Amino acid sequence: MQQIINFIIRYKNFLLFIFLFCISLALTILTHAYHTSKFINSANYLTGGFYGSFHHISRYFSLNSQNAILAEENKELRALLYNSETDIDSTYIDTVSYDRAYRIYSANVIKNSYALTNNILTINKGENDSIKQDFGVISSKGLIGIIDRTSGNYSSVLSILNSTSRISAQLKKTNHFGTLVWEGNSPQYIKLIDIPKIAPVVVGDTIITSGRSFIFPKGVPIGTIKDFELDRAENYYKLRVELFNDMTNLEHVYIIENLAANEIDNLLNETGDE
Amino acid sequence: MNSIFSVHTARFISLIILQVLVLNHINFLGFINPYIYIIFIALYPIKNNRITLILLSFFLGLIIDMFQDTGGIHAGACVFIAYARPLFLKFSFGTMYEHQIIKFNTVEFGSKLTYFTLLTVTHHFILFLLEVFNVSKIIFILEKTLYSSIFTILLSVLITIIFSRKVK
Repeated sequence: MQQIINFIIRYKNFLLFIFLFCISLALTILTHAYHTSKFINSANYLTGGFYGSFHHISRYFSLNSQNAILAEENKELRALLYNSETDIDSTYIDTVSYDRAYRIYSANVIKNSYALTNNILTINKGENDSIKQDFGVISSKGLIGIIDRTSGNYSSVLSILNSTSRISAQLKKTNHFGTLVWEGNSPQYIKLIDIPKIAPVVVGDTIITSGRSFIFPKGVPIGTIKDFELDRAENYYKLRVELFNDMTNLEHVYIIENLAANEIDNLLNETGDE
Repeated sequence: MNSIFSVHTARFISLIILQVLVLNHINFLGFINPYIYIIFIALYPIKNNRITLILLSFFLGLIIDMFQDTGGIHAGACVFIAYARPLFLKFSFGTMYEHQIIKFNTVEFGSKLTYFTLLTVTHHFILFLLEVFNVSKIIFILEKTLYSSIFTILLSVLITIIFSRKVK
C-alpha cells in the first residue's frame, strides 16, 4: 500500500497528464461520431450567448454584401411570382390552405467556420423557435448543412465543409446520385463520389440535392462540376464540385423542416423490422 | 505574489478573447490561423507547481475547444506541451533552467526563439494530428503545422516583445 502511494506521489505529474490527455482524446473521438458531444459545443448558453452578443457588432461589417445577396434573392423570387401568376386562372384553388410538405424558418449565422477539417456553424435560432436536430439549412444560393445540436436560443449546424458530413446529391440533368464529401482542403470545392460510370458527366453541369435523405427537398442547388475522374476501380466517377455558396461569407440562412419526416421514418423502420 | 496572480489571470482571459474573436477568423490563404493563446503556457512562471500548470492548460484548451466546436483537440495539445515544457526549457536555456533563474524578459533572443519554436511546433503538430485524425493524411497535417507554426511564432515573438517590461 505504502509503495502504491509512493508511486502515485512520485509520478503525479505524469498520471495527471495521462488522465487529462485521455479526456481530451475521448472528447475528440466523440465529436467525430455524429450527434454526441454534449457540453463542448458552441450552441450552449455560455458560448452561444458570447458569440450572439459579439455578432451584434460584427454583422455591420458585412452589411453591404449581405444586402446585395438578399436583394438578388428578392429579385429572383419576384420573377418567380410574376411568372407563375399567368398560369393561375380564377377557378384555381388556393394552395396555401393545403398541408405543406416543408416549413421554412429564417436565421442568422453568428459563428462561421471553414478553416478546420470539421467545421460547425452556430445560428441564432433554437428549441424556442421549434428548431430540432436534423433539419436542413440552406442559403439563398444553395446548401449549407444540417442542424446538429440545439439549445434554447442557438443551434449548431454540421456544415457541408465537415469531413464527417454525408449528403446525398445528384446531377440536375439525369437522376444519377452520389454522396457529397469534403476532404478538408479548400472551402470552395467539395467532392461528389459514387456517381456511376454510365452517367453522362460534363464539366459545368449543375449538381442538386437528391431528396433521398428526407432532410432537404429535391432540387436545392449545390454547385457546378469543375472536373472529374474515375476512381481506382474505374466503376464510379469522382467529381470536383465548385459550390454556388461562398461558405466564407454567410449571414442569412433558411432552415427547412420536412413535415413528413416522422412519417417516412416510421415507415422505413417498420419495413426494416420485418 | 498577488500581482503575479492577477497578471496571469488577466493574460488567461485576454488571450482567450483575442483568440476566439479575432485570431480564429483570420483564415489566411483559406486555412492558416495563428494559435497564440499558448504563450500563456510558455510564459507561466517556472518555479510554480507543475500540476497547476497542467490543469490550467487543460482548461485553457477546453475553453478554446468549446468556442470552436472541436471536441478536445486544443485541450489535448495544451496538456501535452504543458507536461513536456521542462524538456523544452532544458533544451533551449540549458544551465539557466537548472539554476531556476530564467526571467523571460531578460533572456537572449536566440534561446527564447528556440523555446517558442519547439513549443509551437509540438503544439500544432498534435493539434492538427487530432483535428484531421487520419494518419494517412500526414502530409496535409505537416503542411498545416508548418504554415500555422510560422504564423504563430512570428506573432507570439512580436507580442512578447511589445508587452515586455524592461527590468534592468
